[in-house]
Amino acid sequence: MDFEYTAQEHSFREEVKVFLKENLPPKKERGKNFLQSWLEKVREKGWVGFSWPKEYGGSDGGLIEQTILREEMALAKAPPLGTSFMGLAWVGPGIMQYGTEEQKKRFIPDILDSKVIWCTGYSEPNHGSDLASIQCKAEKDGDQYVVNGQKIWTTGAPFAQWMILLVRTDFTVKSKHEGITCLLVPMNAEGLEVRPIENMAGDKHFAEIFFTDMKVPIENRLGDEGQGWGVTVSALANERSSIGEVTQMFEKLENLKSLVKSLKIQGKEAATDPEVRRTIARFETKIAAMKYNGLRYLTKQIRGEPLTSETSVNKLHRDSLEIGMDDFAIELAGQAGLQLRGGEEAIDGGSWAKSALNWPNVVIGGGTPNIQKNIIAERILGQPKD
Amino acid sequence: MDFGFSEEQNILRDQVKRFVKERCPMSRVREILETENKFDQALWNEISDLGWLALIVPEKYGGLGLGWVDLTVVLEETASGLCPLPIACQSLAATAILLCGDEQQKAKWLPQIAEGKAVGTLALYDDPNWISSDAIFCQATKALNGFNLTGVKPFVDSATFSNWLFLAIKAEEELILAKVEKDQCKVRYEPTMDETKITGSVDLNGLFINESDCMVLSQENLSALTNYGAVAVTSEMVGAAQSLLDLTNSYAKERIQFGKPIGQYQGVKHRLAEMFVDIESFRSLCYYAAWAVDDSPSDVTRAVSLAKGYASDAFAQIGIDGVGLHGAIGFTAEYDAQLYLKRSKWARPMYGDSNFHLDRLASLGGL
Repeated sequence: MDFEYTAQEHSFREEVKVFLKENLPPKKERGKNFLQSWLEKVREKGWVGFSWPKEYGGSDGGLIEQTILREEMALAKAPPLGTSFMGLAWVGPGIMQYGTEEQKKRFIPDILDSKVIWCTGYSEPNHGSDLASIQCKAEKDGDQYVVNGQKIWTTGAPFAQWMILLVRTDFTVKSKHEGITCLLVPMNAEGLEVRPIENMAGDKHFAEIFFTDMKVPIENRLGDEGQGWGVTVSALANERSSIGEVTQMFEKLENLKSLVKSLKIQGKEAATDPEVRRTIARFETKIAAMKYNGLRYLTKQIRGEPLTSETSVNKLHRDSLEIGMDDFAIELAGQAGLQLRGGEEAIDGGSWAKSALNWPNVVIGGGTPNIQKNIIAERILGQPKD
Repeated sequence: MDFGFSEEQNILRDQVKRFVKERCPMSRVREILETENKFDQALWNEISDLGWLALIVPEKYGGLGLGWVDLTVVLEETASGLCPLPIACQSLAATAILLCGDEQQKAKWLPQIAEGKAVGTLALYDDPNWISSDAIFCQATKALNGFNLTGVKPFVDSATFSNWLFLAIKAEEELILAKVEKDQCKVRYEPTMDETKITGSVDLNGLFINESDCMVLSQENLSALTNYGAVAVTSEMVGAAQSLLDLTNSYAKERIQFGKPIGQYQGVKHRLAEMFVDIESFRSLCYYAAWAVDDSPSDVTRAVSLAKGYASDAFAQIGIDGVGLHGAIGFTAEYDAQLYLKRSKWARPMYGDSNFHLDRLASLGGL
C-alpha cells in the first residue's frame, strides 16, 4: 500500500498546476472568448481525450495521470476539457473500438476539437431503464436505413449536432438484446424533429425526438447490424473514474459548512447543533468512501485485475449525496432556502435551491439507483435476474 | 499510487483464511465458548507459531517488524469466522508498551507478547460511553516505589484469560498505564451479548503496583491508543460484516418462496446490494486508516473517524438485515447469522461510537 506518486507523476501534476495558474483566470475575469481559447489550449496540451491512443489524436495517458489531471482540473474549478461530454465519454471510445477507418477519420477529430456536440438516443417513451427493449424501428432500403419511431429524455438534444442512436433492425429475435443496431445521425437530418422538454428546474436540456422516414446511410452504422447492444454496453463501460466528482463533492461539502456557519436554527447557531454536525460528518464519510473506493478500483485496474460493476457502488453514493446535500442545505435555510436567483432572501444566489431541483440529471441519468442495485446484486453477488 | 495489498499480504490473508476454515470453523468456535474460560490455548500456540502475534512488534524486540496494514489482514480474516482468539487485544497491548514503555519495559515485555507466552490486553476508559481522560476513574496513590490502586475497571476485554492487563489509571494529575497481573487481582466475568468477545471487570482495590510496572500515559498516547483500538475493531467489523453478507447472500439464492429464490425479489436483492455498498465503503476507509497508522500519522485521527464513524452504524444495520432477511431461521441460536448481529452490537461502542467519531470529524473539519 502506497499513496505516494512517482517523480514522473509528480512532475505531471506540477505541469498541470502551472498550466492552470497561467491559463485559468478567476471566474469573474473570464471574458467572452475565454472558453474557445481554453479549449484550444488544452487540446494543444493533448489533454482532451488524454487516455485515447495517439493514432487517434489522444495522448495514450496512463490511468494515474488521468486521475491527476481530473483531480487538478476539479480543484481549480476548470471548465470541461471539451464541449461534448458524451462525445468524449463514450461516443469517441465507441467509434475507436467499433468504427470503420472512415468513421474514425470523420468523427474523432471533431470530438477532440470541440467542434461537435453529441447526444445519446437511448431512452424511449416506454423503455428507459429497460433499455434493451427499444422499439424505434430501422428498415434497410438499399444502401440506407429508414428510421421511424421516437426517443425521449435525450439530454443535450436541443443543442447537439450529432446523435448516437439505438434502433431495432430485427423484431423477430428471441432475446431483446439482439436485433439492435447503432447509428450515427446528424441532428439536422430530414425527418428528425426535436421538441425540447422543460425539466423541474426550469431548464430545457432534454428533449423528445421524432423520426419520420429519416434516412441514414449504411456507412453511418457503428458496428455490425444487430450488434448495437454490444456496442452500447462496452461504450458505456468506458472507464468512469470518479476522482473528479469526488473533488467537486469535497468542494461542495466545504460550501455547505460555510452555509451552516452562517445560519441559525430556532435562534441558535446551526453549527453547534449536534444533528447538523453529524449530518455533515456523515456526508464526509460517504465522499471519503467514494474517494478510497475509487482508489482501490483504480489499483485493481492498474494491476490488471478484473473489475465487475464496482463503479455502481460509487454511483449509489453519488446519488444519495446529490439528493442529500442540497436538500439538507435548503431545509436548514428554511423559507430563505426556497428562494431562487433574484429572491431578496435567496441563499448563495439561489444556487442551493436551483441544484436541489437538478438531482435527476445525475440520479436518473446513467442508470437509476434501483438499476445500480440490480447490477450489484446480479453481477457481483450473483443473485438471479428479476 | 497503489491502494492494494502486497503479494506477501495476500499470502498472509490466504494463510489466515485457511486457518479459520480448517482449525477454527464455527463448530470449533462454539465448542470454545462452552469451555470454562473460553480460551483455546492450543490454537493460541498455533497462531503464535505462525507469527501473527509478532506482526507489529519491532524485530529488536523479537517481532516481525511489520505494520498495521498486515495486522488488519489477520484481524479481518479471523473476525470473518468470529474466531475468539484475542489477537486485537494482544496487538493493542504491544502497541501500548511500544508507545508508553521505557527501553527496559519494552525489552522485558514485548518478546513475551510477540511469542504469545503472555496474553495481554488493554483497557482505557471506565465510563460505558465516554472517550475522554475524564472517563478514567480508577485511582493510583503514590507510595514508596510504586502506587496503591483503588477502583474497579469495569470494561476489560479478554480479562478472564489475559495474563497481563494494561490498565489506564488516574494518578493525581497524570495518567498511568499499569501492568497488572491477572493473578494479583480479582477478575470477574461479565456476561455480554457477544460471547465471542469476553469481557471482564477487574477489582483493583488493595492492589500495590511497582513503579517498574507503570508507564506514563500521556494525553497524546491515550488518543493514539484509542485510534489504534478503533482501527483494530473496524478491521474486525469488515471481516464479520462480509461473512454475514456472504451467509445471507447464499441463503437468498437457495431459499425458495412463491416459487422463486428470494434473492430474485428486489426487496431482498436491493438490501443485499446496499449491504455490499456499505461494506465496500467502510472496508476502503478501514484500509486507509490502517495505512495512515503505518505511514501518515497526521492523517490518522480523521481516517479513523471516517472508518469507524461509517462502520458503526452501517454494520449495526447489516447485522439486523442479515438476520432479518433470513426470516425465522436467522433468529435461531443454532444458526450463525445471529452471532454476527451480536458482533455488530459489540463493535458499535468500542473505541467510540458513530456519534463520537462523527462529532470528531465535524470538529476536525472546522465546524
